[in-house]
Amino acid sequence: MNPQGLNEELQRHGLSRRDFLNFCTSMAAVLGLPTTAASAIAAAIEDPARPILVWLEFQDCCGNTESLLRASHPTVADLILDTISLNYHETIMAAAGSQAEAVLKKTVQENQGKYIALVEGSIPTGADGAFCTIGGRAALDIAREVCGGAAATIAVGTCAAFGGLPAAAPNPTGALSVGDAVPGVKNLINLSACPANAENITALVVYYLTMKSLPPLDRYRRPLFAYGSFIHDNCERRGHFDAGQYVEAWGDEAHRHGYCLYKMGCKGPATSQNCPTVKWNEGTNWPVGCGHPCLGCAEPNFWDTMTPFYGRLPNIAGFNVGEWVDPVGLGVAGVAAVAATVHGVAEVARRGGHKSSSNENKKAEPKS
Amino acid sequence: MTHVVVDPVTRIEGHLRVEAEVDGGTVKQAWSSSTMFRGVEIILRGRDPRDAWAFTQRICGVCTTVHAIASIRAVEKAIGASPPPNARILRNLIMAAQNVQDHVIHFYHLHALDWVDIVSGLDADPAKTATLAQSISDWPLSSATYFAGVRDKLKAFVARGQLGPFANAYWGHPAYRLPPEANLMATAHYLEALDWQRRFIKIHAILGGKNPHLQSFLVGGMATPVDPDSQNALNMNTIAALQKLVADGKDFVSRVYIPDVLAVASFYKDWASIGAGVGNYMAYGDYPMSDGDNAQLYLPTGIIHARDLTKVAPVEQERISEYISHSWYDYSVGPDKGLNPFKGETNPHFTGPKPPYEKLEVEQKYSWLKSPRYDDAPMEVGPLARMLVAYASGRPTRVKELVDTVLKKLGVGPEALFSTLGRIAARAIEAQVLVESMDKWVQDLADNMARRDYRIQDNEKWDPSTWPRECFGAGFHEAPRGALGHWVHIADGKIVNYQAVVPSTWNAGPRDAKGQPGPYEAALAGTPVAKPDQPLEILRTIHSFDPCMACGVHVVDATKRELARITIG
Repeated sequence: MNPQGLNEELQRHGLSRRDFLNFCTSMAAVLGLPTTAASAIAAAIEDPARPILVWLEFQDCCGNTESLLRASHPTVADLILDTISLNYHETIMAAAGSQAEAVLKKTVQENQGKYIALVEGSIPTGADGAFCTIGGRAALDIAREVCGGAAATIAVGTCAAFGGLPAAAPNPTGALSVGDAVPGVKNLINLSACPANAENITALVVYYLTMKSLPPLDRYRRPLFAYGSFIHDNCERRGHFDAGQYVEAWGDEAHRHGYCLYKMGCKGPATSQNCPTVKWNEGTNWPVGCGHPCLGCAEPNFWDTMTPFYGRLPNIAGFNVGEWVDPVGLGVAGVAAVAATVHGVAEVARRGGHKSSSNENKKAEPKS
Repeated sequence: MTHVVVDPVTRIEGHLRVEAEVDGGTVKQAWSSSTMFRGVEIILRGRDPRDAWAFTQRICGVCTTVHAIASIRAVEKAIGASPPPNARILRNLIMAAQNVQDHVIHFYHLHALDWVDIVSGLDADPAKTATLAQSISDWPLSSATYFAGVRDKLKAFVARGQLGPFANAYWGHPAYRLPPEANLMATAHYLEALDWQRRFIKIHAILGGKNPHLQSFLVGGMATPVDPDSQNALNMNTIAALQKLVADGKDFVSRVYIPDVLAVASFYKDWASIGAGVGNYMAYGDYPMSDGDNAQLYLPTGIIHARDLTKVAPVEQERISEYISHSWYDYSVGPDKGLNPFKGETNPHFTGPKPPYEKLEVEQKYSWLKSPRYDDAPMEVGPLARMLVAYASGRPTRVKELVDTVLKKLGVGPEALFSTLGRIAARAIEAQVLVESMDKWVQDLADNMARRDYRIQDNEKWDPSTWPRECFGAGFHEAPRGALGHWVHIADGKIVNYQAVVPSTWNAGPRDAKGQPGPYEAALAGTPVAKPDQPLEILRTIHSFDPCMACGVHVVDATKRELARITIG
């Protein structure tokens, strides 16, 4: 989109260029980038090339799609949807049946290695693929073809990222994550959480458009900008945890005054996600904010490892945050290193280069 | 005879396939098949019943509250927990917000494109569009300048050559009948509704921490503390925010959604005699107005048989049974007997064609859905069933008022309700009734705060040691798509068996042992199809039910473990 076209679009949405740049700045903040990255983001959105996205749904509940519909900064997010070409998405698209499948086929054939695949839901391997078919084809077949030809694959939500609910014990359908079902898929990013937060979906897309590369990832291939800290580290109730002030019963005085939910089963100390800082539904609230413990939904196998949900996490070592810090991740030094890397990439993007980013050295460990 | 396959049916939740035989421009027979299975209930076996709501909630992320509500109600019934008044009120608000938001999204984003030709809107005259819009509503976004802006935005979108989600649809199909101006107006409202739903659903974020998948449910109550003197609880700030959001909701439903439904319907009145279906309607009823087991429900329970609005029969749970004659499951009692959910079995056994396949074996088994029946009769559930039961029961009076107003405006009689168009109208009427009722519940919450009633949960029954060693419970709810029931068997504080019979199973299920078609299948018979290779009319009738397939398929019996036979490849 040329700047003139963008300005017209903004005007149609009742927005000024300043609104747009503010949006880019807030996106930079969500991404954990220096504010100087805002101009790189703005430049990327104005780029005439509209990347093609296809969104596949397998063993899903549609929760991530619904989450996407809640994306914040509404009108500008709408613009972002206009700025990418969402060629296939069963829940949204107008075409149905063979006409829908023809769109997918054409998109994949004509844009080999160029489009981005987003996947929602796990992929079943039992019953010869009959636990999930679309247009008569098994989900695994479709995933192999579509993710296999994509420039990058984003597993949206915990089911696609880690198998999620269908893969919870005893995994009746042989459900697998995208990474496990399509081994070796290129540039896989896991955007876990149940569902993935709309803010993080949008932020990842903007990141990709801006940097022309993938963000640095943690060992589970999750972007550091959203999964680089524990919920516990940024929780607004952390002071109460440190002071030993806990909710003991639902609706007691401590509960009414926002004390720590650890004793009610909160999994925030073991869960990497930016809920406390980004929150949900345009920053309105988040689960701990409404008085319920964190369920740990962004973590692999949380349906098995974080349950019973109201049971206390064992071995929480009081004040020692470092106990739980991920090996890849984020002491203060780690944050600085990531910021420097990202800044370097932003410079490349601004010059219009497409050089592969230096985040290669951040490669995730392969999952077993 | 042409064999038509629509797979995937898009603009729904989940994975649905429809096969139909079309002859002489009309559907003769149709088969509805659900093509995805997860097995949530077997996953629940042996787990803490207080966790079950979070698992079942993930059955569906669209109606993201409904399986949580049914689950906590079933467990509460089993263990004898009594949620306090604040919990009842908060649940009513959450349920009503879910219904209202879901109905609006359904009309604009899932269903409208079956009636609205977006491409035709490019030819609209903005001034005439403004005249049309102003003639049906006083909604302020109705100037010629506004509609010119929307049209130009569409033109620019099309000119860029990438139609994205609007590519390869049935634009220009002869069954589209709106003038360009109505198409442009509806397209503008499609975009406005996209913004509106995101704002309105903040009610869920306030009361549930987030949407989708709210996180404030508890067996025995709710987790959101109530205290007007705390900044960390629901307080007067919350009340004010809820009042504002409810007012915005009423505004959009009454000034945009209802007028649009009436306007679109007036061009498609023939659809008031198409798509009737089985003609039996069932509602469990919901929205308790007081506490305890015998509370009056704002939307009443009942069954209407054979389109007879003069009688409303009671619903008795033991008369519900599920068949698997045409479903990919085995029963220990043989393939042709029905089982009540308390005795339910669901042993998945796929016997269909190995994927990839072209055609299902519809004479054999052809769906992952079972066939629920009441007294062996198929029942349609959903907003139409609820509005018909309320209309025939005479309460709430607001339903009767609105139904009569809508019928009068369209110039049709009550028999027009038994149709594809009837489902669309009933959904809009229900959205209006529920969004209006939310005011009272917000006020009830404020009144409780003023009385210093801070109770949100039955703490007496939180500890499993207070529960009976073995207990059974059933929980019922009216989800956006219809009557929902969960059945749970608990022993020693753990789940032994869990069963759910879900609205889209009632509506989308296959034929039963007697060969009786389910509501989707029955509704499609007689539907006109102008171009079998572009089966737009089939989508109209199917979408009028608002399919939610992930909800429909998920039941695995926890007592019969024949899953070991499935090879994990």
